[in-house]
Amino acid sequence: MKKQNNLKTLLVTLVTIAVFAVLSVGAEAVAGNVDGMSMLVPVLKKTAVYSLIAVSMNLLNGFTGLFSLGHAGFMLVGAYTYAILSIPVAKRAGVYQYYDGGVVQFSIPETFGNLMGESVGTVIGMLLTLVISGLIAAFLAWLIGLPVLRLKSDYLAIATLGFAEIIRTFIQYEGFAPLTNGSNTLRQYASFKSLYAYVIVAGLCIAVIVLIVNSTYGRAFKAIRDDEIAAEAMGINLAKHKMMSFIISSFFAGFGGGLMAMYMASVQAKSFTVSMTYEILLIVVIGGIGSITGSIIGTFLFVGCSEWWLRFLDESANNIGGLKLLAPGFRMVVFSIFVMIIVLFFRRGIMGTHELPDVFRFLRKKIKGKGAAK
Amino acid sequence: MSESVKNVLRVENATMQFGGVVAVDNLSLEVNQGEIVSLIGPNGAGKTTAFNVITGVYQPTNGCVWFDEKKIIENYPRGKMKKLYQGQNAGKYTETLSPSPDKITQLGMARTFQNIRLWKGQSVLDNVRIAMHCRRTSNLLTATFRLNAKEEEAQTKEALELLELLGLAHVKDELSTSLPYGQQRHLEIARALATHPKLLLLDEPAAGMNPQETDELTAFIGRIRQQFHLTVFLIEHHMDLVMDISDRIYVLDFGKLIAAGTPDVIQNDQKVIDAYLGVSEDA
Repeated sequence: MKKQNNLKTLLVTLVTIAVFAVLSVGAEAVAGNVDGMSMLVPVLKKTAVYSLIAVSMNLLNGFTGLFSLGHAGFMLVGAYTYAILSIPVAKRAGVYQYYDGGVVQFSIPETFGNLMGESVGTVIGMLLTLVISGLIAAFLAWLIGLPVLRLKSDYLAIATLGFAEIIRTFIQYEGFAPLTNGSNTLRQYASFKSLYAYVIVAGLCIAVIVLIVNSTYGRAFKAIRDDEIAAEAMGINLAKHKMMSFIISSFFAGFGGGLMAMYMASVQAKSFTVSMTYEILLIVVIGGIGSITGSIIGTFLFVGCSEWWLRFLDESANNIGGLKLLAPGFRMVVFSIFVMIIVLFFRRGIMGTHELPDVFRFLRKKIKGKGAAK
Repeated sequence: MSESVKNVLRVENATMQFGGVVAVDNLSLEVNQGEIVSLIGPNGAGKTTAFNVITGVYQPTNGCVWFDEKKIIENYPRGKMKKLYQGQNAGKYTETLSPSPDKITQLGMARTFQNIRLWKGQSVLDNVRIAMHCRRTSNLLTATFRLNAKEEEAQTKEALELLELLGLAHVKDELSTSLPYGQQRHLEIARALATHPKLLLLDEPAAGMNPQETDELTAFIGRIRQQFHLTVFLIEHHMDLVMDISDRIYVLDFGKLIAAGTPDVIQNDQKVIDAYLGVSEDA
């Protein structure tokens, strides 16, 4: 019985990811052929990447109740690890122009490409590099977690925020420049070209997080969120479980950081500031703290609004009459109003702690109930 | 008493001092296998503090606790407390043993709380299943990829049986906080039972219940003791329940043990009567 359930879940997950992959191929075709849709593909790419990162933050902030603001730091580590390990050897001299081509003189995707053939090998190498990015972020999380996870609520947030800034400063430090290229950008590394690759990779990672959340460990995380004292009294080791959640969350933040590096085509430590953490926190809060589908919906709305749908508000050419209302930056005003409306009317985010399938189930029941009443 | 009587819990000279306040003063007590023992006393007597010392929430300032013939907690006045310590038996204990509450629960001691502490966002069934998490054999990897399906299934089945037994099966999918008060109390006990305890510690299980509900609870505690071969140690203010159910009673006042014995003895103890009713000036 249970085994069948598991098979069913697996099948549903894979089919969902496949559907999204097919849709993304469709989206690429639409973007290429329909006017005004040129932003569709970049927005969806960013949505895929940010979804993964938002969901990983939700695992920590929403499901375990640890209010951490160090996400940008782990993303930065992931992005840099990915970039450093996957710049082709021939291009290193150009990227590390001030540091004699840097100290790392290999590229994992390139090595695999040579070993296993250009197309398959490169992809495997890239995936492997992403996993390494995640692992390094996870290791760092373990180190930081040892002292920091003893703190509670606001103090934890402040401490993790500080650590994220420390990481950023370290990476920009001149002494490490042969490795990190200092405050210069890293670019020309291998990256996925098509949208469906992002969707599949991010989708699989989110699926793993969903599996964790619904496992016995996920239930323990939620117990810690709901009542720490009761959780401890019922035999849940707080230190161990908090650390576990922190490490898993950071792994996927690092992994997502690697994907983000791909999407952005060049990375620079300067862009991974606290405000990036806040962006992701905003997504999580809008979507619903403790809802995975909520985070994904929130990401789509956030990315869509900030990159695409509200762009016209920035163009002063669109001004009507003598009003000089529309000017660069005005879209952020409108966006802020949207956020306030959402926070006022959906106090617990768009989805609350519910998931999309729950909502469908509820609606189906309601429709059925109405049918029976007639 | 025969030789075969076994201590499940033994508290030895436990003193809990917060700053200059001695909340529990040189408390020694024993709970034997299969007994129902009550700890009573006026408000602020230090009953819940004693519970918190036993379950590892607080580290005692001095003294030790034995569970199942094994020493689990021990401490002596150290550091700042060395000077401040006002209790007795200083210097008798020299070791420090202070496992976290989860370790103690895993040894087989489960508790409920005075002010109900259910996991609010979780269903009734999940509340019980989470308590079974401490008995898992799966690790993160096997649990994530559902290689522990058999264990999960067994735990779910056990949780359902437990709920059935406690009369909560019909509300298993409801949120724990949407239950009426009495059922929340039952659920807390179900959750404690799910950890497979040898000793069940109940902190005011009948708080806020009317006489009829209290009677039901009395019968219920007797029933689960039989069924799960439990030893029960409880704090309670409802004297009907305490006198009805207890094999032995300990009375605490201002942190000190003032009486111990069977319900009959306690009911006629002058010190206990004084503690509850107050001593008149001209007596």
